[in-house]
Amino acid sequence: MSEPLLEVKKVKKYFKVGGKKSLKAVDDISFSIKKGETLGLVGESGSGKSTLGRTVVGLHNATDGRIIFKGKDMSTLRGKEAREFNRAMQMIFQDPHASLNPRMRVIDIIAEGIDAHSLLKGKERKERVFELLEKVGLSQDHAKRYPHEFSGGQRQRIGIARALAVQPDFIVADEPISALDVSIQAQIVNLMEDLKEDEGLTYLFIAHDLGMVKHISDRIGVMYLGTMMELAESDALFEEPLHPYTQALMSAIPIPNPKEVGQRERIVLPGDPPSPITPPSGCRFRTRCPQAMDICANATPEWLEAKENHWVACHLYNS
Amino acid sequence: MSRLLEVEDLQVSFKTYGGEVKAVRGVDFYLNQGEVLAVVGESGCGKSVTAQSIMGLLPKKVSRIKGGSVTFEGEEILGLPKKQMQAIKGSKIGLISQDPMTSLNPTMMVGKQIAEVIKKHTDIAKNQIKVRVIELLAMVGLPNPEQRYSQYPHELSGGMRQRVLIAMAISCDPQLIIADEPTTALDVTIQAQILDLLKDLQKSLDTSIMIITHDLGVVAEVAQRVAVMYAGVIVESGTVEEIFENPDHPYTWGLLNSIPKYGSGEKDRLIPIQGSPPDLFAPPTGCPFAARCEYAMEICVQEMPDKKRTSETHHARCWLNDPRAPLVKDLISAGRAE
Repeated sequence: MSEPLLEVKKVKKYFKVGGKKSLKAVDDISFSIKKGETLGLVGESGSGKSTLGRTVVGLHNATDGRIIFKGKDMSTLRGKEAREFNRAMQMIFQDPHASLNPRMRVIDIIAEGIDAHSLLKGKERKERVFELLEKVGLSQDHAKRYPHEFSGGQRQRIGIARALAVQPDFIVADEPISALDVSIQAQIVNLMEDLKEDEGLTYLFIAHDLGMVKHISDRIGVMYLGTMMELAESDALFEEPLHPYTQALMSAIPIPNPKEVGQRERIVLPGDPPSPITPPSGCRFRTRCPQAMDICANATPEWLEAKENHWVACHLYNS
Repeated sequence: MSRLLEVEDLQVSFKTYGGEVKAVRGVDFYLNQGEVLAVVGESGCGKSVTAQSIMGLLPKKVSRIKGGSVTFEGEEILGLPKKQMQAIKGSKIGLISQDPMTSLNPTMMVGKQIAEVIKKHTDIAKNQIKVRVIELLAMVGLPNPEQRYSQYPHELSGGMRQRVLIAMAISCDPQLIIADEPTTALDVTIQAQILDLLKDLQKSLDTSIMIITHDLGVVAEVAQRVAVMYAGVIVESGTVEEIFENPDHPYTWGLLNSIPKYGSGEKDRLIPIQGSPPDLFAPPTGCPFAARCEYAMEICVQEMPDKKRTSETHHARCWLNDPRAPLVKDLISAGRAE
C-alpha cells in the first residue's frame, strides 16, 4: 500500500486537574493510517479514544509527541499551511443534536467551512451546498430550514455534509452513529462507505459498538485507560485477539443470535476501570487482568509487533 | 406456565402544545411466570411508555390512558388508586430504570435507600433491615457490602449504581421485574456483568423479567420471548428463536438486516430500512410501517392488519401473512423489491 497519510508518534495528552495532578487521557500512542484506509478505534468510556481523535485533528494541542500529516509535522505549521491542514482534516461529531447551531440555517451550517476558508461565494457557494445536500441523501429544499426540523439521522447527514464541504482528505468520525437508532445507523454507515469511495476519503472511526467497527474498518485499535493495547487488521483482531483485554471485550459483546448464546466462554472482568488520574503502575490493565504476572506491576509493556501487522502491548508477548 | 401479566389493547396518549401524541396505540402482550420477555423497538416507539403504564408511573397531568387493560396475577391494575398501586409497586413489581446516575437520591446513603423500600413494603423487624440490605448488596455482587451500605451514589461507578438499583428492585422478592434499558448507559464489559447478574437472579429468585431494549444482541442474550414494537404497536411477537430465525414481519427483517453479521468473514453491505418512523401526532390509518416497507401493498396503507398466528407463540401484524396476500418471493420477482 501507499505512504501513510497520517502518522501519530508517541502522542500524549494530559489535562491538568487541580494542583499538580494531571489526567493522562492519552499516553504515548503511536500508529499510522494509510491513504484510503479506515482505522477503527474502540474502547470503553474514559479510555481516551475521543481525546485521541480530537488531538489528531488539532482540537487539542498534544502535550508531547508528533502528528505528521502528509509528511508534515502539524505542530510546526503556521499561517497558510496551518489553515490548509485544518481544511484537509475534518470531524464528524457524536451528538447530532448538540453539534449543529440551532440558530443557523442548514445552508450556513454546511457552508461554514467554505466561508472560513473563503473558498466559494454567492451563487457558487449555494450550488455547492445543494450538491452536498444531495450527496448525503437530503434535498435542496432542506437548505433554508433549521436543525430542529430534522430527525437525528438527517442531522447526522447535515454534519457529514459540513465535513465534506471543504473537500477534506481525512475525517475523524467520533461515535457518529451511537446516538442513532439501529435502522438509521445502517443508513449512515452505508453513506459513509459510499462517500469514502466517491471522495477518496480516509477515516478514523471511533466507536464502542464493536460489530459496527468491524464492519467499517480495515484495521482496529483497542484502547484502555489512555493507552493503545492492540492494533491489527479487523479480521485478525476478531479471529485471534492477543491482548487479554481485547479477549474480554470480544467475549462481552452480546451477539444477536440466540443459537450462539451460551456457546462461547465469557471472560468476565472483575471491577471497574481505575481512575486515569492515578493509573496502576506498569501495565494499566493489570488490576483487572485474569493473566496478570509480577512483571506487569513493575514494567510498562512494550508496543511491539507480535505477528505481522498485529501490534500489542502485553508482557505475555514480550519474549 | 401461568400468566403473570397480560396487557390488552393498551392505548396511551400525551397532550402536548402540538396536539395529541398517540404514543401507545393498542399494545397487547403477555408474560408467563418465570419468563424473560424482551420488548424491542427504536426510540419513540412507545416501549418505555408501555412499561410506565404498567407501573402506574405516567405523568398524570399530560398523559391519558385511552383504553385497554393490564392484568397482573389475574387482577386489573390499570387505573388503580394510588394507594393500592403503591402496594404493588416495589413489592410485587420491581423497576430497574435506564439511568443509574439519576435514579438514586444523591444525598442519601445507598443502603438507606434500599432500606426505605424494605421498611415500606415488608414487615421485617427494624433491627433486621440493615442485615437484609447488606445481604442484598452481596447478592448483586458488590464487593465489601458492609462498607457500600454507607456510601453515597457519587462514590460508586455506573455499573455499581446499576447493581444498587437491581438490589432495590429485588429487595421485596417481586414476582415481576421491569428493566427499562438496564444496560444502555453502561460499557460493554460492564453490560456483560449486569446481564449475567440479571439472568442469575431470574433463575435463583424465580421471578419474571420484562426487559426493554433497542439492542438485538441483548435480546438474544437474555430473552426467551420477544415482542417487537413499532410506532406504538406490537408488530410481531414470538420466542427468541422464532423472531431471529423465522421472522414474519418486514420490520423485524429490516432490523435484523441493519446490524452487521458478527463473525462472517466477508463484508456484506448493510441493508438499512429507508426513511424514518411515522409521526405519532397523526399516525397512519393502515400499517405504520407501510411507508418504509419494501413489500407494501395497497391494503397496507388503508387498513391495519390483524394479529395473525403462525404458531402457538408466534404472532405478526402484517398483510403478507394473510392467505390472500401474494408470496414475498413473487413480489420480489415482480420487481416490487430488490
